[in-house]
Amino acid sequence: MNKVLKGVFILALLLIYTTGFAKSISFVGAGSTFAYPLYSKMFNVYHNKTGIKVNYQAVGSGAGQRQIIARAIDFGASDAFMSDAQMSKAPAKLLHIPIALGAVVMTYNLNIKGKLRLTPAIITGIYLGKIKKWNDKQIKSVNPHLNLPAENIVVVHRSDGSGTTFIFTDYLSKVSKQWRKKVGRDTSVGWPVGIGGKGNAGVAGLVKQIPGAIGYVELIYASSNNMPMAYLQNSYGNFIYPSLDSVTAAANTKIPDDTRVSLTDTPAPTGYPIAGMTWLLVYQQQHYLGRSKAKAEAFAKLIWWMTHDAQRYTKPLEYSPLPKNVVKLAENILKSMTYDGKAIIR
Amino acid sequence: MSRISCKDYRSGSLEEKGSLRIVKETLFRLLLVAAAITSVFIVMGIFVSLLLGSWKSINEFGLNFIWSSTWNPAAKTFGALPFVIGTVSTSFLALLISIPFSFASAIYLSLYLKNGWFSGLLKFSVELLAGIPSIIYGFWGLFVLVPIVRSFEIKLGFIPYGVGILTASVILAVMIIPFASSMAAEVIKLVPQDLKEAGFAMGATRFEVIKNIVIPYAQGGIFSGILLAFGRAFGETMAVTMVIGNSNAIPKNIFSPSNSMASVIANEFTEARGDLYLSSLIEIGLLLFAISFIVNAIGNRIMKKMDVKK
Repeated sequence: MNKVLKGVFILALLLIYTTGFAKSISFVGAGSTFAYPLYSKMFNVYHNKTGIKVNYQAVGSGAGQRQIIARAIDFGASDAFMSDAQMSKAPAKLLHIPIALGAVVMTYNLNIKGKLRLTPAIITGIYLGKIKKWNDKQIKSVNPHLNLPAENIVVVHRSDGSGTTFIFTDYLSKVSKQWRKKVGRDTSVGWPVGIGGKGNAGVAGLVKQIPGAIGYVELIYASSNNMPMAYLQNSYGNFIYPSLDSVTAAANTKIPDDTRVSLTDTPAPTGYPIAGMTWLLVYQQQHYLGRSKAKAEAFAKLIWWMTHDAQRYTKPLEYSPLPKNVVKLAENILKSMTYDGKAIIR
Repeated sequence: MSRISCKDYRSGSLEEKGSLRIVKETLFRLLLVAAAITSVFIVMGIFVSLLLGSWKSINEFGLNFIWSSTWNPAAKTFGALPFVIGTVSTSFLALLISIPFSFASAIYLSLYLKNGWFSGLLKFSVELLAGIPSIIYGFWGLFVLVPIVRSFEIKLGFIPYGVGILTASVILAVMIIPFASSMAAEVIKLVPQDLKEAGFAMGATRFEVIKNIVIPYAQGGIFSGILLAFGRAFGETMAVTMVIGNSNAIPKNIFSPSNSMASVIANEFTEARGDLYLSSLIEIGLLLFAISFIVNAIGNRIMKKMDVKK
C-alpha cells in the first residue's frame, strides 16, 4: 500500500512539474547534425539567460525538412537549402535563416613532408576514378615540393546521407561538367568509386587506417582531430588552406536576398572553395496551429539573438561566423516574418 | 517445500462457484487468442505499411528495382541489385564459415563433454557471443579484423581496402555461431538414450553413432537452428555496415567492398530527401521482408520433409 501511495505522490509531482513548464514558452526544433554542437550551446545559454527552453533534436537535415513541412516542429535546421519544388510542398511560405558557416576539407593518408595541394580537376579525377595513383602527373605538377609515392589512391566517402556530402558533391558538380552529368549532387549519390564510412568518424577512421586513402570530412572534425588537410585551389586561382577565416571569406560575395545559395566554388579571392551555410527553416506567417502572438515574438527574438549576439559562440566551437553582409540579409528576412499580416520585428 | 494440494474439482466442496470457474477459463482462452492474433496483425501490419510506403517506387520502377544496379539518389534512379547481392552473399558466406564451428561445439557439448567446469565455461562463452551488442562486433571488426584482412589483401595483390564482403562475412559468422549451436545442442540432447545405447551395443564407435543415429534423428532441429542463424545474419545492420565498405557497386570478388540492404536503409534514411527516394528505401525494406519470408518458407518445407524421413 505504501508503494502505491508513493507512486501516486511522484506522479502528482511530475504532473505539477510538467504543467508548470507548459505555461512558459518553449520551442522544438530538429534537423542538421552538423550544427548540433553549436545549437545546443546556443540554446543552453539562451535557457539560462531567458528561461526559454529550446529542445533540438539532431535527426539530420532531410528529416528536419520533412518535419517542418509537416509542421511537427517550430523550426527545422538544414545544411542544404530547399529547392523551389521542395518548398512548394509546405503548407505556407518557408524562410531560410543562415546561422553559421561550415566547410568540407580533403584529408589523406600519405607519408609525405609538407601539405598536399589539390585542384578541382584533381579532386574530380580522383572521385571519378580516373586518377588512380598518387604519383599521377596532374598531382605531381601542382606538388613539386612533395615526394609522392606510387601508391594506389583509395577513395573514401560518406556512407550515410549527409549535408557534408551535399556540399561536397555540389562543389564537384560546379567544377566538373562530367561529374554533374554522371553523378550529380545530393545528400548521398551513386559514387563511381570508393568505399563508404558512416559519419565523419567513419570516414576519418578509414582514411587513418588505409595507406593512400583520401576522404572528405567537416572542417570541425578534421581540425579537432589534427588530421592533415589539403590546400585547395579556388576559382580565383589561389591555393587556400581551410580555416575559420577563409571559410567566412567564402561568403563575402554577392548573396541573393533569400540566402538560398551554395557557397561552393566561391569567386572570393581568399575564400575556401568547399564551404556552405547552415540554415534554420521557419514559416514566414507565424500565426498557425494556434500559436500565440507572444510565442511568435519570443521565437523571432530567439533567432535574432542567434544571428547576432550568439555569433560569438561559433568560433570557439570551430564554426565560422556569418560575415556582415549575410547578417544584414538575415535581419531583412527576420523582419519579413509576420503575425496576422503584421511584422513581428520592426 | 510447499505441499501440493489436490482439490476435487468435480464435487461441490469448492469455495468457488462453478460458473465463475467457467468465466475464468473463457477469459484465459480469450486472452491467449487475443495475444496470438495481435502478433499476426502486427506482422501483417508491417507488411501492409511497407507495401503502401513503397508504392511510389514500385509504380515507378516495377521489377527493374530488383534487377537494376544503379543507385543514384541525385539522378533519382534506384535499383537494389547491389544490396541484394551484398546481403545474400555475406549471409551465405557467414553461414558457410560458421556451420563447422557451431556444429562441432554443439556435438562436443552435448555428447562428449556434458558436465564439468570446462563444459560450463564453453557453453557460457558460446552463449555470451549472442549477448554481445552488434556495435561491439563492428568495432572489433574495424580495429582487429580489418587490418588482418588488409595484410592478406596486400600479400595477394588486391587493393588493400580491408573492409568488404569477406570481412563482413567473418564478423557475421562469429555473431551467428551461438544461434545454430545452442539450438543443435538442445536437439541432440533430445535423441533418446536407448537409440544411442543400442548403437553402442552393436559395437558402433562414437563417431558412427553420431553419424548414423544422432544426426539423422536431430537433423530437423539442427536445420531450424541454421535457419535461425541465417535470419540473424540477414538482418544484421550495425556490425555489417561498419566493415562491409558501403560501396554501391556490384562486388567483383570476396575482397570487394559492398553494401547490404539493412545497412543502406540505416545509412540513408535520415537524410533522404524527396518522396521517390524515401519510397525506394522502404521498398528495400519490403524486399528484405519478402526474402526472409521466402527463406523461412523454404526452410519450413525442408524441415517437414526431414520429419517425415524420421
